[in-house]
Amino acid sequence: MTETKGAAVRYENVQKSYDGETLVVKNLNLDIPPGEFLTMLGPSGSGKTTCLMMLAGFEPATHGEIFLNDRPINNVQPHKRGIGMVFQNYALFPHMSVAENLAFPLQVRGMGKAEQEEKVKRALEMVELGHFGSRRPAQLSGGQQQRVAVARALVFEPELVLMDEPLGALDKQLREQMQYEIKHIHDNIGVTIVYVTHDQTEALTMSDRVAVFNDGVIQQLSRPDVLYEDPQNSFVAQFIGENNKLSGTVESIDGETCAVRLDDGTMLKADAVNIDGVGSRTTISLRPERVEFDTHDAMDNLVSGQIEEMIYLGDHIRVRMTVAGNNEFVVKVRNRGEKRDLKTGQTVEIGWAAGDCKALDAVA
Amino acid sequence: MNTQNPASTDTGPDENPQVLTTRDGIPLKVSLARALRREKLRALVLIAPLLLFVLITFAAPIADMLFRSVENGIVSETLPKTVEVLATWDPESGEIPDQAAFTALYEDLKVAVEEKTHTRLGSRLNYEASGMSSLFRKTGRRIGRMEPADATVERFIDIDKDWGTVETWAVLKRYSPTITPGYFLNAADMQLTAEGVEMKPENERIYLYLFWRTLFLSLTITSTCLLLGYPVAFLLAALPARSANLLMILVLLPFWTSLLVRTSAWKVLLQQQGVINDFLVWTGLVSDAGRLVMINNQTGTIIAMTHILLPFMILPLYSVMKTISPSYVRAAKSLGATDWTAFWRVYFPQTVPGIGAGAILVFILAIGYYITPELVGGTDGIFISNRIAYHISTSLNWGLAAALGVILLLAVMLLFYVYDKIVGIDNVKLG
Repeated sequence: MTETKGAAVRYENVQKSYDGETLVVKNLNLDIPPGEFLTMLGPSGSGKTTCLMMLAGFEPATHGEIFLNDRPINNVQPHKRGIGMVFQNYALFPHMSVAENLAFPLQVRGMGKAEQEEKVKRALEMVELGHFGSRRPAQLSGGQQQRVAVARALVFEPELVLMDEPLGALDKQLREQMQYEIKHIHDNIGVTIVYVTHDQTEALTMSDRVAVFNDGVIQQLSRPDVLYEDPQNSFVAQFIGENNKLSGTVESIDGETCAVRLDDGTMLKADAVNIDGVGSRTTISLRPERVEFDTHDAMDNLVSGQIEEMIYLGDHIRVRMTVAGNNEFVVKVRNRGEKRDLKTGQTVEIGWAAGDCKALDAVA
Repeated sequence: MNTQNPASTDTGPDENPQVLTTRDGIPLKVSLARALRREKLRALVLIAPLLLFVLITFAAPIADMLFRSVENGIVSETLPKTVEVLATWDPESGEIPDQAAFTALYEDLKVAVEEKTHTRLGSRLNYEASGMSSLFRKTGRRIGRMEPADATVERFIDIDKDWGTVETWAVLKRYSPTITPGYFLNAADMQLTAEGVEMKPENERIYLYLFWRTLFLSLTITSTCLLLGYPVAFLLAALPARSANLLMILVLLPFWTSLLVRTSAWKVLLQQQGVINDFLVWTGLVSDAGRLVMINNQTGTIIAMTHILLPFMILPLYSVMKTISPSYVRAAKSLGATDWTAFWRVYFPQTVPGIGAGAILVFILAIGYYITPELVGGTDGIFISNRIAYHISTSLNWGLAAALGVILLLAVMLLFYVYDKIVGIDNVKLG
C-alpha cells in the first residue's frame, strides 16, 4: 500500500437526486483517511447505498465532487477507478469457476498467466478456500461465496474496497464469524474499506468510524464507542443500541448538566447535549444497562416505577417497567446469580447518574 | 399428543434390521408404494381426457400417416393371383412371363374392373413408372368384353404393347410386396431399378435440394431473428417496468394480427410496385428500371418469416435476461472490465440458455412452416412442407408425402440430438 497524503476518499458538497424533486443525499462532506474502516450505517432509504454507488461510479453525483487520492473522479469510468467492490448478493459470475472469477480482474488488466495463478492462489488461501478453485459458485455455501466475493474484490490489490451489505444474506452465526474475518483481513493488509450496512451490531464490531445516515444527512460520524456513549441526537441514540426515551421540558441549565421536568412532574438531572435552552422540549435518552435497582441517596436521579414484565435472557434479565408514564421503560439487570426480590406488579425505586442520561432534541 | 413414550415407536431390536417395516409389519416399501398408488391414479384420471384426445386426434392419425410411407398393399390386393405367379418369374431372364401370368392377370383384372379398383392401382404404379395409369385404364376398358379363352399373350400385347415389355412386368413384381421402400427412395431422389437402388437422373432430382434449402433458409431465419431480437430483448430487460410493458405489447402485436393479414402486408410493401421500391426510386437510390425483386423469392420468405417468428426469439431471451441481476455487469466493471468486456465475458454467457431456447423454437417452427413460403416464396422460396402439402392435396400421392414428412421429422430429431450434444438441452431456459 502506498501512503497517500490527505484523504483516500473525500466527498465535497455532494448532492444526489433521482427525480429532480427530492434530494436523496443532502450536501455530503466526508473525509476518509487511508487504511480506515468506515461504515455507513442507516435505515433503508437513508442515502447510504447511493453514496457508495456514487463512489463506485454507478451513479453520477448531481452536484459536488468526489475525490479519490485527491483526484476528482466524477468523470472517471467505473472500470478505471480501481476500486474493489463486494455486492449484496456477491455477484459471483455463475458461469465461471471460483478461480476464473478471481482471475477475471487480473485478466482484464492483461496480467501474465503465471502471475495470475499465483495471485489467485494467494487470494484463495487468504480466505481459507485453497481447494475450491475449480468449483462453481453455485456449489459453495453462502459463507464460502461471501469469502470468494471478498477475495475477488481484493485480488487485484485495490487501495479501496467498497462493501454493500455483504453479510445481509447470511444467517446470524455465519454473519458474526464473517464480521471478524473481514475485520482481520482489513487489519492485515491495511486496505481502506467503506462498508454499508443497516445492522448496527455489524457497524459497531467492525468499524474504525461509523457514519450514521438518516434522511440523506450524516447524523453523527464518530468511533463506535463514542456513538454509543455520546449520541449527538435522538435519532442516533434510538438507532444505535437499546434506549429509553423520556420526554420533558428543560427547567434550568448549569454548565454541562441541566434539569429536566418530565411530563408527569418528575425532575431529572441530565447531560445537556443537544438542547435549545431553558423552556425548550427535550427527549432524555438512557441506556437500559445504566439503571440500578441498588439505589443510594448519592445518586443524581431517583425515581420509582412499577414492574410490568420480566424476561429471562440468560446473561441478563430484561425488566419492563412503567416509569414517569412511559410503560416501555426497559432495565437490563446482569445475572450475577444472586436472588433478587423482583416481582411483576411491584413498585420499586430505581436510580442512575446524571452523566448516563443525555438531554437530546425532542422527538414527537 | 398422547402420553405414549416416543421411544416405543422405534423399530425394536427383535425385528429384522434389514427390512424396515411399518408398525403392523408390512414392509415399508410396499406400504409406501400403496400410499403413492392413489396419488398416481388420481393424476392419471386428471390427465386422462387430454391424453385420450391427443391419442385419438393427434398420435393415431400421425402414426397412420407415417405408416403410409411404407405401406403398399394395393398390388397384392388388386392382383393376388398375378403376384403369386410372378413370384417364380425372374426379370433377369430378359423374357416376359408365360401364359400362366396373363391368365392370372385376366382373372384379377376381371374382379378389379367390377370393383373399379384397377384405376387406383394404375395411378399408384404411375408414381414408379409413367404410362402405367393409361395401361391399366385401357386394359380395364377391354377386359370386360374378353372371354377367358381370349386371355392370351398376343391379345394383351394387342391391347397395349407395354404388356410385351419386361419392364412393365418387372415394375409389377417389384411393387408386389406389401411393404415398399419406394416412397422413401423417391423422397430422397432415388429409384429402384432392375439393377438396384440408384440416384435419379440429374434433371429429375428435386427433394434433396428442397430439404437442403429448407434447412438453409430456416437457419438463416433463425440467425436474423437472433440478430434483430437480441438487442430488443436487452433493451426490454434494462428498461423500467412501465416502458418495458409498452414495448412488450409492440413485440407481441404480430401475435395478435392474423397471419394472412401480416403476410399480405409484406406483399404490399415488398412487391416491385410496392411501398419500399417506390420509396427507393423516389430517393433515387434505385432506378425505375432496376426495382428490387424482394418478393416471390427467398428474400421474401426470409423477411416475412423473420418478422413472424421474431417474438419467439425475443420472449425467451427477455425472460432469461430479466433474471440476470445488473450487479453482475457492475461487478465486472468494478473489477476493471470495459463495457464491452463486461458484456461479452459476463453478460452474454449468461444469456446463452435464452439464445438456445429462442433459436430452437424459431428453427423448429421455421423448418415446418407452410403458409408464408406459399404466399411470398414464389418458386425458389418454398419449403419442403409446401411440397408435402402439394402431395397431400393435389397429386394425392400420400405415400410420398408421408415419406417426406418422416424424413423431415428424422432430420429435426437428428438436429435436436446434435444440438443437445453441443449446447445441452438442460441449458435451454424459457424463463
